[in-house]
Amino acid sequence: MCLGIPARVMEITESAAVVEVGGVRRAVSVELIDGVAEGDWVIIHAGFAIEKLDPEEAEKTLQLFREIADAIR
Amino acid sequence: MAGGRILLSHGEGGKRTRELIRKTIAKRFENPVLAPLLDSGLLGRLDGEVAFTTDGYVVSPAVFPGGDIGRLAVCGTLNDLSVCGARPVAISCSLILEEGFPLETLETILDSMKSAAAEGNALVACGDTKVVERGNADGIFITTAGVGILHDGWRPSPGSVRPGDRVILTGTMGDHQAAILIARNRLEISSEILSDVAPLSAMLHDVLAAFGGKVRFMRDPTRGGVGVSLNEMAESSRARIVLEENRLPVAAGVRGLCEILGFDPLYLANEGKALLIVDGSAAEEIASSLRKTGYGRNAAVIGEVAEGPPGVLMRTSVGGMRAVDYPVGDQLPRIC
Amino acid sequence: MRYVDAFREPALARPLVEKIRSLGEGALPFRVMEVCGTHTMAIARNGIRALLGGGVTLVSGPGCPVCVTPDGYIDAAATLGRRREVILATFGDMVKVPGTASSLEKERGNGADVRVVYSPLDAVEIAARNPKREVVFLGVGFETTAPAIGGAIEAAGRRALANFSVLASVRTIPEAMDALAGDPGVRIEGFLCPAHVTAIIGSDAYLPLVEKRGIPCVVAGFEPLDILCGISMLLLQRREGKPRVENEYARVATSGGNRKAQALLGRVFEKCDISWRGIGVIPGSGLRIADAYAPFDARKKFGIDVVDSAPATPCRCGDVLKGIITPRECPLFGKACTPEDPVGPCMVSSEGTCAAFFKYGEQ
Repeated sequence: MCLGIPARVMEITESAAVVEVGGVRRAVSVELIDGVAEGDWVIIHAGFAIEKLDPEEAEKTLQLFREIADAIR
Repeated sequence: MAGGRILLSHGEGGKRTRELIRKTIAKRFENPVLAPLLDSGLLGRLDGEVAFTTDGYVVSPAVFPGGDIGRLAVCGTLNDLSVCGARPVAISCSLILEEGFPLETLETILDSMKSAAAEGNALVACGDTKVVERGNADGIFITTAGVGILHDGWRPSPGSVRPGDRVILTGTMGDHQAAILIARNRLEISSEILSDVAPLSAMLHDVLAAFGGKVRFMRDPTRGGVGVSLNEMAESSRARIVLEENRLPVAAGVRGLCEILGFDPLYLANEGKALLIVDGSAAEEIASSLRKTGYGRNAAVIGEVAEGPPGVLMRTSVGGMRAVDYPVGDQLPRIC
Repeated sequence: MRYVDAFREPALARPLVEKIRSLGEGALPFRVMEVCGTHTMAIARNGIRALLGGGVTLVSGPGCPVCVTPDGYIDAAATLGRRREVILATFGDMVKVPGTASSLEKERGNGADVRVVYSPLDAVEIAARNPKREVVFLGVGFETTAPAIGGAIEAAGRRALANFSVLASVRTIPEAMDALAGDPGVRIEGFLCPAHVTAIIGSDAYLPLVEKRGIPCVVAGFEPLDILCGISMLLLQRREGKPRVENEYARVATSGGNRKAQALLGRVFEKCDISWRGIGVIPGSGLRIADAYAPFDARKKFGIDVVDSAPATPCRCGDVLKGIITPRECPLFGKACTPEDPVGPCMVSSEGTCAAFFKYGEQ
């Protein structure tokens, strides 16, 4: 019920944005998010960007996985 | 020609029909078998065992990124011959045109058929053209049949598949159907994905010439994709096929499309790829030689045949195991 | 693909699986429920269940919005679709789901104009381009999709379209989680909370649940490493004996959620009691279109009712949805009920638990 995928914002026009996933582009509405800029990463679902993706938090989560891996070894 | 569109009179057998055939169709396929325009193409004696196949093509839109229905119609039939180990000799070309179909598009399609046939070394030996009233056909339907000669000494033998054999896919999955989906433009998606439609006759001929004894059998994964073809191969060879998810070749654009819409590239159609089950010890060498060709540049060993009951499974990227079954119906864009 | 592949990295999966196995050793199997169809599918598609060993029992709850929609909804949609002026626009998930007598796929075969769209905004576009037709969008979903549905209604309002309406069937997750947690037949010891529902509602939404029921809650993303990490975090909470809300999906979901989306939901929808197929009415777990947006409410516009009906008796979708039985324990599974010939929505919905089990060979 939540199929949403990280997409990069390529272009912004009024209340819509063109986002890209692996070279595939689609226009989505960004009315649910404030302050979207080109280059931002967002989660897209059913034609809307529903939230921004925070690259720092993403890296922290990956770091957590790596720490778990190190602890197990 | 009459204002650039196909008219009913083009199909009535009279002067317009003869003009269309001579000046537009036959002229492009010029060859000694077709030239006399008899009721049949006389192929002469064929030197070997004969393979024979046919397919109908109704794809919409008729022209799409990477190709068109003409290229598709020729390559599909050539590839059906090639994966059975047959060198194509001749194909037929039967057109059903809708009244109003643009002549310029027809010429583009015929040009594609000509170059695909030439690349596959096959003659267009015979054909037919009919015109139906507006609304009774979706633009253009094409049926092709093909005749080929089996390679000396090689026959598809699903029965010879055994544990330890490995599965090769000659390139990336799902490009064709992804390109069609986007071209239909109901998804408001733009991308640079191109259909992979291509004639594989030369590539597969070379594989059989170099590795014939090591290749058990081959199929082309068209409708239903690699997922369906592998299930069919598993059934006909009573084999248990285990795929490695990390080794499946998928182009970035096709992945992106699948992630957005919730599709599985395993079940998207391909029109320029082949699946081969080969002797395990020769697999890497065969894949490597395929990678030196244009159409096989992304060839990969994607799985192997294991002990156990027939079926298709996949080791997932995180080390789990799941079934890869026949799909039910077409994939549809989903939110879940 | 960025922010996707890294969360599927095989080298990082193995240690997480080992951690789960060691945390689960020597204790009774830990019953974890996920309540999101996307989790159900991700778990099945990645073959995660078998990796976990005996220490964790992964149970699928009512996370498929299509599965919990009463078949009366499909009947109502089918009735609307038979009107010549109506174009039914729907997500692909709904097309093959059976109602009491028909499905959208069958209606289309009989001449109904049924169109699959990726976004409810596409349905608004269809309405704009077909002023003489009535476009009805089948608005089924949870909190992830509700803002998109609401956004489409407001877009239709801004464009002054009189021929667009939504047949809404929206449900909210926390109330359902609470109802299940309170059901002694269900036995949940930990919740894997849905990633994108939480992106909208915020992880604080689960605080009352933890306070009231003492059940550990971890919000987890949908990639395999997210799910594995989420499960290990739940196991750690069990060991520490301190149930709380944790967020593994911090790269997208926050504690407060998406305020703008919540405000939109507050404008366009109102809380209501709603029935969940197989479970019954869960108070306050539904969203209906607010009176101010009545012209876009297909129920009011066409005067139709969605009638609840008990599913065919041998169908045990209800018990599957509550996690009381697994799909294989349903007598119809794989025999009378298959994806080609489904009896209940759990089998035919693209992310129904039964479909996941069948498609991916889950045990």
